[in-house]
Amino acid sequence: MDPTTTKTKQKGGLNKLLEQVMHGVFLVSALASILAVALICVFLFAGGVPAMREIGVLDFLTGTSWRPGNDIYGILPMIVGSIYITAGAIVIGVPIGLLTAIFMAFYCPKRLYGVLKPCTELLAGIPSIVYGFFGMVVIVPMIREVAALAGVDISGSSILAASILLGIMILPTIIGVSEAALRAVPRAFYEGAVAMGATHERAVFSVMMPAAKSGVLASIVLGIGRAIGETMAVILVAGNQPRLTGDILKGIRTMTANIVIEMGYATGLHREALIATGVVLFVFILLINLTFSVLKRRKDT
Amino acid sequence: MTTQATSARERVGAQAGGKTQRVYGRGRARVQKGLVYGAAVITFSVLLFLIAYILIKGVPALKPSLFEWTYNPDNVSMMPAIITTVEMTLLALVIAVPLGLFTAVYLNEYAKRGNKLVNMIRITTETLSGIPSIVYGLFGMLFFVTRLRWSYSLIAGGLTLAIMILPLIMRTAEEALMSVPDSFREASFGLGAGRLRTVFRIVLPSAMPGILSGIILAIGRIVGETAALIFTAGTMPQIPGLFQSGRTLAIHMYVLSGEGLHMNEAYATAVVLLVVVLLMNALSAVVARKLTKK
Repeated sequence: MDPTTTKTKQKGGLNKLLEQVMHGVFLVSALASILAVALICVFLFAGGVPAMREIGVLDFLTGTSWRPGNDIYGILPMIVGSIYITAGAIVIGVPIGLLTAIFMAFYCPKRLYGVLKPCTELLAGIPSIVYGFFGMVVIVPMIREVAALAGVDISGSSILAASILLGIMILPTIIGVSEAALRAVPRAFYEGAVAMGATHERAVFSVMMPAAKSGVLASIVLGIGRAIGETMAVILVAGNQPRLTGDILKGIRTMTANIVIEMGYATGLHREALIATGVVLFVFILLINLTFSVLKRRKDT
Repeated sequence: MTTQATSARERVGAQAGGKTQRVYGRGRARVQKGLVYGAAVITFSVLLFLIAYILIKGVPALKPSLFEWTYNPDNVSMMPAIITTVEMTLLALVIAVPLGLFTAVYLNEYAKRGNKLVNMIRITTETLSGIPSIVYGLFGMLFFVTRLRWSYSLIAGGLTLAIMILPLIMRTAEEALMSVPDSFREASFGLGAGRLRTVFRIVLPSAMPGILSGIILAIGRIVGETAALIFTAGTMPQIPGLFQSGRTLAIHMYVLSGEGLHMNEAYATAVVLLVVVLLMNALSAVVARKLTKK
């Protein structure tokens, strides 16, 4: 047999083998994300569920006082705290973000867009610790001074401060996703509306907006997910007192803050209760994710 | 309420005579336009104010003593933190980039559409991208630090961050691969190249700008991350080995602002962080522009 053909044959065999090996490598890599999610679920639940059982699931979830010194672990104040601050962030961030998205999609001159679009990306890229620091040195003192003018003496670290800060932090999420949804609406909708005598505003607000509804909703859900999971920025401005209060000028503690503040020195049941707080947060996030993917699927079909 | 308002306006319009249609809704349109412009002004002036504020307060606080090689309570040097940040970034990228890239290759070049496994992978990556960083931090602490007994270390932090940025790398890489025209692949197959050769010689090089801009975004996330690192990499102000604790710049800043004793140094750290993020964003934009030019 001619030696060159054997060589090519061998090379062909080697190639085939390499081909198969690499196929395997790609497949195994692809399984990494599944493995990661499985590990996260297993370790989080294994770390937190025993504490919940020991404290009593109902006592843990609906207990109104958190006193680790006396082995009393109720995280209702933190759940409520997270919900209040997230709701505040939505109230502040969604209108501004949505209107900015409309500006970006329908009002912004092309030249200006080239500058502003990277700015929204920058807004998303600024680390949360920098936002938190900014909140601590600007927003908190501002609230304190305004309150002092009204004759109220407060520290300024409050639900309001955290809401304003998180409202700013979710802007890029709301703007980005909503803008994409608005741009995905066929141009013919707009032209049809204008042809029928609608003003630019009317076409945008009454035709384009409703058409982009599910994308806009998805952006809000994504914003909720970001706000409820935010940790470092909230710690620096929210005051962190574990109490039930409806006063937006008072401080409150979120679930995320609870974990970071006490994990450093917690031991035993206290530590497990903190992990269990993480489990509750994780379940909240999973529910939010589920809502998001349902909305997205509805948009796709 | 609004319908009442418009009908009132309509009546006024009718009284003005003849021009009802043009007057209709004009007041509301003006308000809407005002709101849109107002919101845009608020958004971008907040961004501008934040950056300007940090720079104005922070740049004068940058002193040479902040960049001394070792940290002590007097100089509050951020140099160890800078080096830790670089180490952490490299470590996380070394693990996450191949994994994310290979996953994208598998999903886009190998798997059949509608495969059950593919759906599963998509769902899990979507889940991963929604998990907040503090949950990653908790997991890293429970798994790497406690279960694997690595204690607070660079590697525990790096692996935690690698999982965290995996979905970002994967998604951007997949988008980049998808944008490579099928004719490229067909031409390569037609010339007798195998699947592997096509992937490495044709598809990946053409998708490189997209992949790169994803990696740059991931670097931005790693540099700014705090919550996922505080209980995995710890807060020791030193230049760490693989199994030693170290604090990144963001953690350094958190510790400083939490203490409240070194505000000027915190401002200075914020400046460095902001500059890194600005650079990364600019770089990513440049790379992305290269992509669209093609």
